[in-house]
Amino acid sequence: MANSETNTIEELGINKEYEYGFHDDVKPTFKSRKGLDEEVINQMCDIKGEPDWMREYRLNAYRIFKQKPMTKWGGDLSQLDFDDIYYYVKASDRSERSWDDVPDDIKKTFDRLGIPEAERKFLAGVGAQYDSEVVYHNIVEELDKIGVVFLDTDTALKEHPDLVKKYFGTIIPSADNQFAALNSAVWSGGSFVYVPPGVKVEYPLQAYFRINSENMGQFERTLIIADEGSQVHYVEGCTAPTYSSESLHSAVVEIVCMKGSRVRYTTIQNWANNVYNLVTKRAFAYEDAQMEWVDGNLGSKLTMKYPSVYMMEPGARGDILSIAFASKGQHQDAGAKVYHCAPHTTSQITSKSISKDGGRSSYRGWVDVAKGAKGCKSHVVCDALILDKDSRSDTYPVIEIGENDTNIEHEARVSKIGEEQLFYLMSRGLSEEEASTMIINGFIEPLVKELPMEYAVEMNRLIQLQMEGSVG
Amino acid sequence: MSRDLVIKDLHISVQEKPIIKGLNLTVKQGEIHALMGPNGSGKSTLANGLMGHPLYDVDSGEVIFNGTDILELEPNERAKLGLFLAFQYPTAIPGVSLANFLRLAVSAVRTKETNGSGDDGLIPMREFRRELREKMKQLGIDDSFARRYLNDGFSGGEKKRAEILQLAMLEPQIAILDETDSGLDIDAIRVVGESVSQLIGPELGVLIITHYPRLLDYIRPQFVHILLDGTIVESGGWELAQMLEAEGYDPIREKHGVVEA
Repeated sequence: MANSETNTIEELGINKEYEYGFHDDVKPTFKSRKGLDEEVINQMCDIKGEPDWMREYRLNAYRIFKQKPMTKWGGDLSQLDFDDIYYYVKASDRSERSWDDVPDDIKKTFDRLGIPEAERKFLAGVGAQYDSEVVYHNIVEELDKIGVVFLDTDTALKEHPDLVKKYFGTIIPSADNQFAALNSAVWSGGSFVYVPPGVKVEYPLQAYFRINSENMGQFERTLIIADEGSQVHYVEGCTAPTYSSESLHSAVVEIVCMKGSRVRYTTIQNWANNVYNLVTKRAFAYEDAQMEWVDGNLGSKLTMKYPSVYMMEPGARGDILSIAFASKGQHQDAGAKVYHCAPHTTSQITSKSISKDGGRSSYRGWVDVAKGAKGCKSHVVCDALILDKDSRSDTYPVIEIGENDTNIEHEARVSKIGEEQLFYLMSRGLSEEEASTMIINGFIEPLVKELPMEYAVEMNRLIQLQMEGSVG
Repeated sequence: MSRDLVIKDLHISVQEKPIIKGLNLTVKQGEIHALMGPNGSGKSTLANGLMGHPLYDVDSGEVIFNGTDILELEPNERAKLGLFLAFQYPTAIPGVSLANFLRLAVSAVRTKETNGSGDDGLIPMREFRRELREKMKQLGIDDSFARRYLNDGFSGGEKKRAEILQLAMLEPQIAILDETDSGLDIDAIRVVGESVSQLIGPELGVLIITHYPRLLDYIRPQFVHILLDGTIVESGGWELAQMLEAEGYDPIREKHGVVEA
């Protein structure tokens, strides 16, 4: 790992090595050739030993993907070369259930990310994605006892084929968009969660993702099913090594919130600055169910991500809280979508973005109220903070209302770190850098206070890293 | 070392308009000075200029504090030397609790030897909490104040009390109070005035900048100066403040030939 440790992320304006930019000498046991065709997909299915329906599903998705034109809206994808990407890398032969069985060099990677202590102490289970394959997956006995399934999606396909087949691709069909089609064709890993009726999972379930092979796309596929009256909080956090050439991350996350259930999905992402992060996340919320997305985006070259909630039946509720931090050479095109498909449904979107050193952040939102969906409420708040004159922030809100009896509010604010705020804090002894960092941490406080503690600490540290050496 | 604030022939302009025009004043540690003047005389310009606000340009003159010319220093360096400004209009910092902010500020202005800080450079949490609770109690400030976001949604009186709490915690040698009484009703002025008077002692020099003498009922200055059109036109004792209370600024304006701004 010595070589890549010398990488610096000048793009961040940080005068030190990218902290998580190390690279372990894990030898992939199988790596597909660059580029994608039906042969690569068939090879992948053979190695994974997948059922025929999944093979057909993948091949069909691949045909859809080939027909889709390159996405033109959102960010600039012109540098993305689909032929220059590895679509499948397998890091070890099977998923591990116990920490002792995890190879030492992989443990080392997780050590540097500070995972083991935290998870052993208070997390219920861990699915950590290492390259394309989940190598460590520990489910504590209590989860087993109460019937909660928490597996990597490949294993779930083997152990719970009917459950996977019933829901896979029902929330986000392959034809939904170009990158959903690509993911459907080449997906690997991700988490599968099933919570039985009435079961409340007390601890957050969490997964840690990393891209480890240069030029390797990571296409994890996550499917969460919360049965009636159940409750679960899923947390994913991402760090990635730094590389010189482009890298693609394109995940699909599908969530089913059945009657009266409550699901929260928390993401903190800190991709290296060469990663295209193009993710489709969607939840269906049925009667009186509540879906919450908490989404923090740092790093990457381009992020396009708009977590959405379809409120399918009366009483459903969707909350989306997102924060984007765009620094030099980065474009965060983030936002949220809510579809009020039934009467008396409620949504709340809170979007906060920070742009610095020429970074660009965009809010792209969609609020839709179907005809006949009476008594719906939606509240949208967009706050943008621009740290210097080279940086940029845009909002692209769309509101489609097919019903008069609704209450929709949209507020947007753009602000700069005021000279008065800086002067005030500096007059109390804080340096300009400390003062700016404090103002930004205050700005993102509404998100940070929703995070599990170790993520909150990490988030504040990441902001601090982003701000170091960038002022003055 | 001398803990005096010495201002010599100071000229300050705002957007190229001269506001302070040759001001001389010395405030020693332990002394209380009142600088009184009508609106537009340059009171707030002086306060902001002394603290180093980037929009206030010092054209010439010297400001010596603790033996150092501070005019080239950043505001935080001035604070570390022991200078404090209680703002007329404190700015809100949403999402940052008063306690978190104060812990960082206190750690910044105290040297490592005196605050016993750990490797992170911060004053230990327990010690900080104890001190904060003590000072809040002394100033009659409710505990819940510490958890509120700094000046965010504070009433006028709460903002001024938060300024005085910061003054108490940062323990400067010289404090400038910029129109701390403005916008407050009589009861609030009494509360703030009594709070400040508790902090007064031989370690603290105070420059009270004010339009009305009312705050001075609670903090009796030894020296009173009258600012007109950017310069101090008269200096004296308490009798000067009493004269202003009785007659207003007009006789002084007339005497010095200054037209009302």
